[in-house]
Order: sequence, then C-alpha cells, then structure tokens
Amino acid sequence: MNVVVCVKLVPDPNTPGQLDPETHRLRRDLADAVLDPGDEFGVEAGLQLAEAHGGEVRVVSMGPERAVDAVRKALAMGATKGVLVCDDSLRGADALTTAKVLAAAIRREPYDLVITATESTDGYSGIVPQALAELLGVPAVTFASEMSSDGSLLTATRQTERGSETVVTGLPCVVAVTAGVNEPRYPTLRGIMGVKSKPLERLTPTDLGLAASVPTPTGQTVVSVTMAGQRQAGEVVRDDGDGAHRIVELLARLRVI
Amino acid sequence: MANGPVWVFAEVVDGRVAPGALELLTKARSLGAADVEAVCLGPGAREAVGELGRHGASTVYISIDAGFVELLMGGPGADTLAPLIATRKPELILFPGTHDGRDLAGRLAAKLDLPVIANGLDIETGAAITVTSTIFGVTQVVRTEFGERRPALALFRPKAFTASALPAGPAPRTVEVPAVIDERHRRARVVDRSTPVATGPALEEATVVVSGGRGLQEPANFELLHEVAGLLHGAVGASRAAVDAGWVPYSMQVGQTGKTVKPTVYIACGISGAMQHTVGMRGAQAIVAINRDPEAPIFKLADLGIVGDALTVLRQLRDELRSRSG
Ligand SMILES: Cc1cc2nc3c(=O)[nH]c(=O)nc-3n(C[C@H](O)[C@H](O)[C@H](O)COP(=O)(O)OP(=O)(O)OC[C@H]3O[C@@H](n4cnc5c(N)ncnc54)[C@H](O)[C@@H]3O)c2cc1C
Ligand SMILES: Nc1ncnc2c1ncn2[C@@H]1O[C@H](COP(=O)(O)O)[C@@H](O)[C@H]1O
Repeated sequence: MNVVVCVKLVPDPNTPGQLDPETHRLRRDLADAVLDPGDEFGVEAGLQLAEAHGGEVRVVSMGPERAVDAVRKALAMGATKGVLVCDDSLRGADALTTAKVLAAAIRREPYDLVITATESTDGYSGIVPQALAELLGVPAVTFASEMSSDGSLLTATRQTERGSETVVTGLPCVVAVTAGVNEPRYPTLRGIMGVKSKPLERLTPTDLGLAASVPTPTGQTVVSVTMAGQRQAGEVVRDDGDGAHRIVELLARLRVI
Repeated sequence: MANGPVWVFAEVVDGRVAPGALELLTKARSLGAADVEAVCLGPGAREAVGELGRHGASTVYISIDAGFVELLMGGPGADTLAPLIATRKPELILFPGTHDGRDLAGRLAAKLDLPVIANGLDIETGAAITVTSTIFGVTQVVRTEFGERRPALALFRPKAFTASALPAGPAPRTVEVPAVIDERHRRARVVDRSTPVATGPALEEATVVVSGGRGLQEPANFELLHEVAGLLHGAVGASRAAVDAGWVPYSMQVGQTGKTVKPTVYIACGISGAMQHTVGMRGAQAIVAINRDPEAPIFKLADLGIVGDALTVLRQLRDELRSRSG
C-alpha cells in the first residue's frame, strides 16, 4: 500500500508563536519549529500500514525552507522519500491554496491512501484534509482515532461529538487522524543516519504546473493581529485541609450552590 | 452588505436542532442581510424547520435523503448545495465548527474555489465581510477580510454567539431540495454508530464542569468526579491524556480537538493546563484548579488554585457538598 503523509512544520506548541504585526505572518524566526506533533501520528499510521501490506510512505510538505526539518524527521522515523513545496509566493497561503499545492504534489505518483492530521497545531483550521479530498476526488474520513486495512478497504473509527462511528471506505481515500491514534515511534540512530541517502525533492508551484491558480486569487486578507486578552491568575493556595472549603465558598459566591 | 441572503448550515442531532445553528442564526439576524436562510440536510430536517424559523430563518432548504447519515456528510452535502448556491447566490454561509460543519465547508471551498475562514469568534459586515478568529490556541486574535468571491464561507467556534428566539412570527418557507449523491460518495459508508449513554446535563450546556486529567491516576477515580458533578448538577469532562489512556470516552474531551465549554465554574483536577486544553475551557466564568505541582500552567489562568492532591480535595469537597445538601 502506497501511503502519502502530509506533514507540516509548526512553531513548537510549547512556546506559542508570534505573528509579525507588520506582515501578519508567522514570525518563524522567533519560535522553535518542529514537525507538527499531530502529524507524527500520521507518519506512524502510514508506516504501520506500509509495514503490514508492503509499499512505501512518501511525505509531502508545503512550507518555508526550514520545513525540510519536518520532512527529515518523518524520513528518520522511516518514510521512504519526501517532497517539500517551497516558494515565496506561498507565504501566508490560505487553506485552499495549501490543499491545491498538496493535491498537485500527491498526484505526481500513484497512491492508495493520503494521511493528514485532523488539524494543524498552529492554524488549526481543519479544512485542508477535506479540501484535499475534494480536489483528489476521493472520500475523506476525518477525526479517525483508529484505522486498519485489508489492503483494499479501509476501516476507521471516527470520533463524533457524541460518541464514535465505524466507517468503511474503498481506496484511495484521505484519512485525517486524531492525536492518540497510535504511539509515534522515535527515530532510531540508524533512521537518522539513513536520512541523507533518501530522496528529498524540492518543488515550486511552477514545477507542479500550478502557477496561475496558486495562490488562490480569492482575496482573503488578514487586516489585524492582536494578542488575545489573557485571563488573570487568581489566588493560589496550598491545601492545608481547607482547599475543599475554599472551593465551596467560591461556588456559593457564584450561586451555583 | 450586498443583497444576497446569509445562510446558516443547521445540523440535527438526536432529533434536536444543534445549538450551533441557533447561535449562528441569531448572529445572522444582525448582519443586515435581506434574508437569513437555513440549510438542513438529513432525515430529521423537516422537523427542524419550526425551530430554525423561530431563530430567524425566513426560508429553510431541506433535503431529507438518508444518504446524509449513512454516508459521510462532506461529499454529498457539497454536491447537493453546489447547484443551490449557484441559483440562490448567498452572500455568506455560516457553519458551526463541528465535525460535519468543517467537512462540508472544506469540500465546498475546494469544489467552488471559495475562500473559507475557520475558528471564527465574531463577524462584521459593512463594506467588507470581516471575521475575527483565533490562532495558536486562542493566544492571538486575527481579523481577516474576505475578498470579492462569493459566497464567503466562515466557520465559528461553539458558543461564539448566544442563541435567542424571536417572538412568534410566521412559519418559514420550506424548500425541498433534491439530494445529489454521486456513486463515488457511496464508497465510504458509516456501518456502525455508538453513543455512550449520558446522565445529567450535556457537557457543553452544564453550568458546572468538573474535569479530570492524568493526575487522577486511574480510571476508577473518575467516579469521584461523577459524584461531585452530580452534587453540583454538573457534567464531567476530561483532558486528552485521560481520553488517550482509555479512561473515559472521547465525547468527554475538552480542548482544541474536543469540546468547548463555557460553564459558570470549571474545576480542573489533575490537569496541567496545556494550551490545547485551555482553548476549550478558558471561556468559563470562573476556573478552579487542583494540582499538586505549584508550577502547573493551569494556575496561570485559575481564579482559585489549590496546590494539593486532587483526590484528597475532591473527597472533602464531596463530603462538604453532601452535608450542605443533606
Ligand atoms: C494536535 C494536538 C491536539 C490536542 N488536543 C487536546 C485537547 O483537545 N484537549 C486536551 O486536554 N489536550 C489536548 N492535547 C494534549 C495536550 O497537549 C496535553 O498533552 C494534555 O492536555 C495533557 O493532559 P493532562 O493535563 O491530563 O496530563 P499531564 O500534562 O500529564 O498533567 C497531569 C497533571 O496532573 C498533576 N497531578 C499528578 N498527580 C496529581 C495528584 N495526585 N493531584 C493533583 N494533581 C496531580 C500533575 O502535576 C500534572 O500537572 C492535544 C495535543 C496535540 C498535539
Ligand atoms: N503546509 C502544509 N504542508 C503539509 N501538510 C499540511 C499543510 N497544511 C496542512 N497540512 C495537513 O493538513 C492538516 C490539517 O491542517 P489545517 O487544515 O491547516 O488545520 C495538518 O495537520 C497537516 O497534516
């Protein structure tokens, strides 16, 4: 089974990123950037399926030159080859543009399955997987918390707002996995050493034949960026046996008891 | 705002109109559009019309094909709405940021080459349509203006607006729309559904939410949360660490990839306060945190922080609440 996993470079979620107030774009220079922790689950899921059914795992990313680190991490985990689409014209790309670029990069070779995360940790629009599926003309199973395949059909457990549902779909398809779908492996030393010998292509929208429609000329312009109002920390007390009572007092003050 | 109608995508869950639709209709009424209309797909659509009307829809487009629940919503929904969009020319479509809402908006964006903004908290219409949304887990607020392509698609976080019904008025016009369900969409089928039986108020609607994280140490300790929540007529939530450990079902997860709650009081027990968790609960009127680590990030946003053992404090809290009510 040939699996394509979409991977994104994001500011380290443990040190939230900053937007540049002038350009309204992510200041990638300020934050440490990492392979989106959400995408590590996707890479792991792809590797497990390829191990069970044969085939290879390709990773595809769109992002700045630095996103090559995210691709390399996926290669170190065990992916076979990587593609990074990188171009100045794609800076600040919206979800639809991203999906167009990823779809074009994915279509260059036959595939059975495309895996993404449910939503990226920075933008978290959760739009890309569905847009990608529409452009590729295949079904999309989002919020997949479990998946397995017999090689021709894929069965996924999909989280819903109220519980879960089991979805059976033919291939090819797009699956957006949730965090927790598996336990992502750590790259081994051998894996890390092996990255250099794996193919890693860099492409532009022109290479993909996209120049005219990308970025999508829909006009969606960020007009301002501000820090959200932060909640103020209140009182922090050590529990000396009256912690529960303090909570009861607060509940009474708020008239919930 | 130009002349086209504003649409709201309305979902029916367990035979009830989902709250997101009513919140969005309420907001849509204030946008100065000539018409506010709702779109409702699936077997329960006809029964939803009255309630959608009371919240401001003058027309409700319904399509009651069973395919909308037996298959995934995204593909069939987008194919059904595309011709309707072409004839009715809505200016703007508001979607709740639910699983189906996102699936449908993403599909429509790609199918019709439309701009889409997710995670909206507010929207203004004037010369331009401007959506306020959050990124980086609500640490930053972004205002984005739609360009000229129509309709503009916008997804909103749950509870971005407060629903309110109108005084009784005429029933809305119902327009039945043929479902367009392509053969290729039949390749993906929902073969089974399971909904854990819930007791007490729904997590998203409860005035008190008592949540547990990895610090509760084992699944049996969630029983204590249920006891406390029961005494407060509240609901129990969880962090993703507790869900991933298999202690509680995903439907209890609060946060970025779970539910958004806005209770009067949120009590976080043994939860560290990762950004992906706080996104889902920082709108609470008051936050209480019990954590044995004084450096836990949750204390940065708690109104009352108790540094101590969650189980000890919860047992005492249960006993004190019992004696008050007893
Ligand atoms: C893409 C993505 C999406 C995510 N979405 C979500 C989401 O929707 N919701 C969510 O919650 N998380 C989400 N996360 C995970 C999030 O980053 C954290 O890992 C998670 O919230 C941690 O859960 P926790 O606080 O229960 O566990 P931990 O971080 O392990 O914290 C446990 C806490 O319990 C305390 N503790 C231990 N023992 C006791 C005791 N006896 N008494 C009191 N305190 C004790 C510890 O001091 C610690 O602070 C997401 C992550 C990613 C990458
Ligand atoms: N620039 C990108 N490069 C590769 N994958 C991406 C990119 N943007 C989004 N994705 C994938 O799509 C998922 C959902 O992204 P989003 O819709 O932005 O929340 C992400 O978690 C990734 O798996």
